[in-house]
Amino acid sequence: MKYLNDIGSYFLMLKRVFSSFTKGSVLRELIFKEINDLIISSLGIVAFISFFVGGVISIQTALNLDNPLVPKSLIGFATRQSVILEFAPTFISIIMAGKVGSFITSSIGSMRVTEQIDALEVMGINSLNYLVFPKIIALLFFPFVIAISMFLGIFGGWFAGVYGGFTTSTDFISGLQENFNTFHLTYAFIKTLVFAFILATIPSWQGYFMKGGALEVGKASTNSFVWTSVLIILSNYIITQLLLS
Amino acid sequence: MIKVENVHKKLGKEEILKGITTVFEKGKTNLIIGQSGSGKTVLLKCLLGLFKPEEGFIYFEDKAIQEMNEKEQRVLREEIGMLFQGGALFDSMTIEENIMFPLRMFSHQSKEEMLDRVNEVLARVNLENVNAKYPSEISGGMKKRVSIARAIVNKPKYLFCDEPNSGLDPKTATVIDNLIQEITHEYNITTVVVSHDMNSVMEIGENISLLKKGTLVWQGSNKDIFNTDNADVTDFVYSSDLFKNIRLYQNSRR
Repeated sequence: MKYLNDIGSYFLMLKRVFSSFTKGSVLRELIFKEINDLIISSLGIVAFISFFVGGVISIQTALNLDNPLVPKSLIGFATRQSVILEFAPTFISIIMAGKVGSFITSSIGSMRVTEQIDALEVMGINSLNYLVFPKIIALLFFPFVIAISMFLGIFGGWFAGVYGGFTTSTDFISGLQENFNTFHLTYAFIKTLVFAFILATIPSWQGYFMKGGALEVGKASTNSFVWTSVLIILSNYIITQLLLS
Repeated sequence: MIKVENVHKKLGKEEILKGITTVFEKGKTNLIIGQSGSGKTVLLKCLLGLFKPEEGFIYFEDKAIQEMNEKEQRVLREEIGMLFQGGALFDSMTIEENIMFPLRMFSHQSKEEMLDRVNEVLARVNLENVNAKYPSEISGGMKKRVSIARAIVNKPKYLFCDEPNSGLDPKTATVIDNLIQEITHEYNITTVVVSHDMNSVMEIGENISLLKKGTLVWQGSNKDIFNTDNADVTDFVYSSDLFKNIRLYQNSRR
């Protein structure tokens, strides 16, 4: 019963997010601020993880190629497929659920605890539109982060493969170009957009409807990470089934 | 003027307000007092429109909030200033941005005009050189003053204060009380203060409503409070050792 209530309140929240809009000039400023907080500030960690995980994928693929009949270009091919299809969109989204999701929940939760949300409502401002809508718009830029992650993941794979002595640059690049299906990119970006919406709204819901004090803000942040991750994994499965099978 | 007529409010299955009827007068500091759990904050939230009463009406001037459409309610809320218990200042904004916020949301003034108004209200609450500071960089008493400045910046018709003295030392609490009363008279607004602080009651209680277990048990001014025989008033006032001792002293002098 509680889950049904929660689902209902989530969709009612979405309805309110897209109604009674905040003044345009204020909203524009909020969107730029959110782009900075949620997107720009995440680039460093995304770049770091992407480069090294791409490298690890390349090394592990190379170390598992025992058969001399299997061409070395497979390292580039496997790195490309792993990074574009799963690592960049899904794995980075899960990491963002920890970084961005916790930030969203704790910032909105703190506002709830310290009556700042009540202050907005008393002033006649639709607090859900004011707080959540700019986050949804900012996270529309999430595919750009994923594109950077894809590039750096593949670059990390090339770097580890070539400078680790596992393959040559020619073989790796030849593998990258092998059987390239552009729909895989479309699929990756479609699911990235779905994940971005989940990343913006689930943590917001957790923060907005939390009750209690500082301790509960911490609990809400943890719940936010768990539920955002669960929904990303579930929607990943559904989208993959729908688009690739 | 705000008129409350037979307001009932339930939270869950428990009835918190049981038919409150009272009037909060214009140009006066109207206090809602009572012990914890008496329904003061719930009544305040009903007045603010944060809670909807199951029964009864709340009239702002002659129009009931329940009969207002969304646009009328939004206009009404622009006429309301609120001082929250903890200040409720926006952490991510400077003091200047906090006070300017209602102007940015609801007025069409230029930035210079808004800045002038911000400095005017900051001067009114006796604060200087805090414009660029963040709420975390100022004291509790200053936060309350900033919160009052934000509440009055849009020249409201109604000012609501939720326990304005909580967490303040007695001297600062008196300063805040006096400031609220001065502003009420100066702007001729309807001020409603929720408090259980007897000092506030005696300092600024021009129209006091005493709540007990969700019902209004007494209404009068701070001048009437020592002259009433109402058992609930006596019980509330003399629960404080200070006032108990004052009464003992007064009796011994007779």
